[in-house]
Amino acid sequence: MISKKINYSIMNSEIVGILAMFALLLLLAIPLGRYIGKVFNLETTWLDSIFNPLDRLFFRLSGVNTAKEMNWKQHLTAFLTINLVWFLLAMFVLTNMSWLPLNPDGNPSMSADLAFNTAVSFISNTNLQHYSGESGMSYMGQLVLMLFQFISAGCGMAICAVVFFAMKTQSESENGEKLLGNFYTLFIRSCTRILFPISLVVAVLLLWYGTPMTFKGKETMITMQGDTVQVSRGPVAAFVAIKQLGTNGGGFFGPNSAHPLENPNYCTNIIQTVLILLIPISMVFALGYILKRRRLSWVIFGVMTFGFLLLAIPSVVMEMKGNPAIAKLGIQQNMGSMEGKEVRFGSAASAYWAINTTCTSNGSVNAMHDSVTPLTGMFAMLGMMINAFYGGVGVGFLSFYIFIILAVFISGLMVGRTPEFLGKKIEAREMKIAMIIALLHPFLILVGTAISSYLYAHDQATYGGWLNNPGYHGFGEMLYEFTSSSANNGSGFEGLGDNTPFWNIACGIVMLLGRYLPIIGPVAIAGILANKKYIPESAGTLRTDTTTFGVMVFAVIALVAALSFFPALTLGPLAEYFH
Amino acid sequence: MKENIVIAIRLTLVCLLFFSGIYTCIVLGIAQVAPNKGVGALVKHGDKEYYSNIAQKFTEDKYFNSRPSAVGYNAAGAGGSNKGPTNPDYLKDVQSRIDSFLAHNPGVDKSAIPSDLVTASGSGLDPHISPQAALVQVNRIAKVRNLSVAKLNELVAAHTEKPLLGYLGTERVNVLTLNIALDLIK
Repeated sequence: MISKKINYSIMNSEIVGILAMFALLLLLAIPLGRYIGKVFNLETTWLDSIFNPLDRLFFRLSGVNTAKEMNWKQHLTAFLTINLVWFLLAMFVLTNMSWLPLNPDGNPSMSADLAFNTAVSFISNTNLQHYSGESGMSYMGQLVLMLFQFISAGCGMAICAVVFFAMKTQSESENGEKLLGNFYTLFIRSCTRILFPISLVVAVLLLWYGTPMTFKGKETMITMQGDTVQVSRGPVAAFVAIKQLGTNGGGFFGPNSAHPLENPNYCTNIIQTVLILLIPISMVFALGYILKRRRLSWVIFGVMTFGFLLLAIPSVVMEMKGNPAIAKLGIQQNMGSMEGKEVRFGSAASAYWAINTTCTSNGSVNAMHDSVTPLTGMFAMLGMMINAFYGGVGVGFLSFYIFIILAVFISGLMVGRTPEFLGKKIEAREMKIAMIIALLHPFLILVGTAISSYLYAHDQATYGGWLNNPGYHGFGEMLYEFTSSSANNGSGFEGLGDNTPFWNIACGIVMLLGRYLPIIGPVAIAGILANKKYIPESAGTLRTDTTTFGVMVFAVIALVAALSFFPALTLGPLAEYFH
Repeated sequence: MKENIVIAIRLTLVCLLFFSGIYTCIVLGIAQVAPNKGVGALVKHGDKEYYSNIAQKFTEDKYFNSRPSAVGYNAAGAGGSNKGPTNPDYLKDVQSRIDSFLAHNPGVDKSAIPSDLVTASGSGLDPHISPQAALVQVNRIAKVRNLSVAKLNELVAAHTEKPLLGYLGTERVNVLTLNIALDLIK
């Protein structure tokens, strides 16, 4: 009787815990969205006295002319050029870490294929890690990766702002091309005024709760039972704050935020969980502020939240119920399925994190996804396959924008009206781009998985060591890896032996295509639409800020994801569940 | 294009200086006044210091045992087992942990073993077990140490950390601090 009572209270406090996280998230995201809108609009905010001089210093040192507004093509050129520079910097540091300073543990430089994978992974905001931080990365390497966590997120936000501006009906133009702000201004303002202050506050909070921040190397200690162990440390607090905030993911340590130094208690877990969704949701509200279309941003937020809950609720339920295979062994599962999870978080907060991290492009974990029950694994994959329920910072909205365009076109055809979005007519060229981008994601994932499955099945001698689990689950490990790469997520079914030339190069290529094409596509569509003639809304216009249209967008998302991925999911997690 | 390249290189260097350098230095500076100067939470035991958040291997019968670790409690290479939920080898591992627990704790019914005690944590360094996982070990420890069960139950209760603010999250017991307290009982 007593034990039943205990279970009851634990169960509730675990659920209350995640409800608190979601409530706190909304409480912060709405005002932050307004603030982000002001930052992009170059309006005054209360932080100006600190950041105006700082930004001016950035611009002067780097020779940026902030007065020069750019059209969409110039934005893309600036964006791609600076990303190329980042790639080269990352390659240099990763392949030369061993002799560069700040390497107290004497960790080695990376091989070329691993460095390629890691460099692409961090510039593309993926943070897929085929190495383990403790042994595969010097402190110098970690600090440079931390740079990318700021700037890859910042440029995602900048490019999203460009699309927001393009959606405005009134803006200045030059030679018939609409001007959409200055890329460097948007980028620097995102980094210094949004990412930097929040990261700093969070880093200090984490520090206070026991997350290390030191340049000392490993410490050797003797345990109470007399074993000698080494404890890895490092400048963790600074790194963790931005990796959570910038939907970067990954971790300072191999198991990310499951590591008790990276995420020491339930309170830090709340902070880190809230940070995952904070900017992606705020961006939606920033859209409403910039376009002065609050209803539209609530419709978008509603669709995203509905989709998110559809994945999150069953996952939490499945993990709290426990693993049926363990139940058969006759033991108690009051805490739910605990393999790969930490007691201080419990199964509910772990499952909730799993969906947070996969719906956005975050990809850091606080429990091992390879060990979650089959359906939770599937919902995590679905989050990445859809990649638009909140999505990554900035880029999440871009993916959603593609679905909006598709939904406008389809509903236009259904009701026999000209497809228009915010007063601009959507025609064949935009639709072609939208279709290519929408189909690129399933293409990359399914082709990659097919090739790796073929190799595994036909050459067991060479590739048989890849998988940590047999059967359907093993297939799931490969499917997950490509899904995570293409969605620029970075989490993994980590049983996969992924530090091999095949996985390093294949995932590297998928991450590259999965990052840059889905940015180029929406920017092009928005840019082309911006240059078109504005048609004032009339009684004949299909309204996009209504629940009906929200349902339509959701239907398009469900169709694209369900139709393209259902067969693969059937072979993986669904088969494992029903077997 | 050329203008973009020059700006890109200069801007990257400025960002490197600021976000890798200055940001890190600010946090590092604040760490110097933080508890334990930013090396993590420590707990003293006699003349020794341990990381209170890092699980230690406790397998001896006289101690409350920690959760299994897929990496042998290696705090320089943390990780989980990454075993799938239906993997037959994995289920065999769990079964053998159950058998071993029953052998070390005669009289305990299998249905009283909480799963956290026989499954590996995500980090391999989980410092906690559930209160049930501590209580189910009390009889064994009482016998080995010649202590009363009631006293040990009290000790576990005193070391049970409540959910955050009483309502958020799990109840748990830090195995290290519990075992330190256990060693201090005269």
